[in-house]
Amino acid sequence: MTARIGVVTFPGTLDDQDALRAVRVAGAEPVSLWHRDKDLHQVDAVVLAGGFSYGDYLRAGAISRFSPVMETVIEQAKAGMPVLGICNGFQILTEAHLLPGAMLRNNHLHFICRDQTLRVENAETAWTSDYSAGQEISVPLKNMDGRYTADEHTLDELEAEGRVAFRYLGGNPNGSLRDIAGITNAAGNVVGLMPHPEHAVEPLIGTGRTDGLGFFTSIIKKLVNA
Amino acid sequence: MARVVVDVMLKPEILDPQGQAVQRALPRLGYEGIADVRQGKRFELEVEGPVDDAALARIHEMAETFLANTVIEDFTVKVENAEESK
Repeated sequence: MTARIGVVTFPGTLDDQDALRAVRVAGAEPVSLWHRDKDLHQVDAVVLAGGFSYGDYLRAGAISRFSPVMETVIEQAKAGMPVLGICNGFQILTEAHLLPGAMLRNNHLHFICRDQTLRVENAETAWTSDYSAGQEISVPLKNMDGRYTADEHTLDELEAEGRVAFRYLGGNPNGSLRDIAGITNAAGNVVGLMPHPEHAVEPLIGTGRTDGLGFFTSIIKKLVNA
Repeated sequence: MARVVVDVMLKPEILDPQGQAVQRALPRLGYEGIADVRQGKRFELEVEGPVDDAALARIHEMAETFLANTVIEDFTVKVENAEESK
């Protein structure tokens, strides 16, 4: 038995095909999910991919968060289903309050697109178990609204509970507080990050490395061993 | 029809690089003496029917859950040209 991993397409999603491909490269069965369909089609986990859903109107992720598919994703995530939000997907998860904090315009006001080194801070989530804590990985980063923000109390709580999952290395690219690139919920099933692991799963494309593949092999191991 | 205006502003402690960019451009354009600029959003809602307490409560809820993200933003709700709607 292999895992079925769904990837949601909203109007304006860009990276759904790469995410589906990453799922397949890692060895699971990719399943396309549509924003207007509440049915998750028996998937075992969901990826919210990057892009500019609804043109980032109002705030990035603010409109997608109320789509029919998200009703089920929110309900299932609270019941323990693994959910990974990448870039716009991370923004949707914060807007849906599945993850704390919010994303704001990069502090330098420029769109950023480059390879980014990250340190994996938490290798115990559903999506990071194939990494080791402290491991450095390089994956593409490309966004306009990537500045992670939360109040001091929330930041302290995230740090104390080991819920900062990834931190930027080699310079903070967007003004994110405490160099936070990604976080997890307390249960470790919901993870969000701004950089794009799905663009770094094959040596021929992206960074030339496969540093992002671990997200997808991690979740497959978790689901298949479950 | 009555108009209800919802103003959304970033909370004071949140860095607003867009407002800063506007503020920095002002002296170059000959506008001196502006110490700070913060940029926000204004929503003009044309309300069908009376703007009573129930309607305002719904708009408040809408602002809190959708128009503003209260993690980073504050909002105010005010009724415009209320006298014409009565």
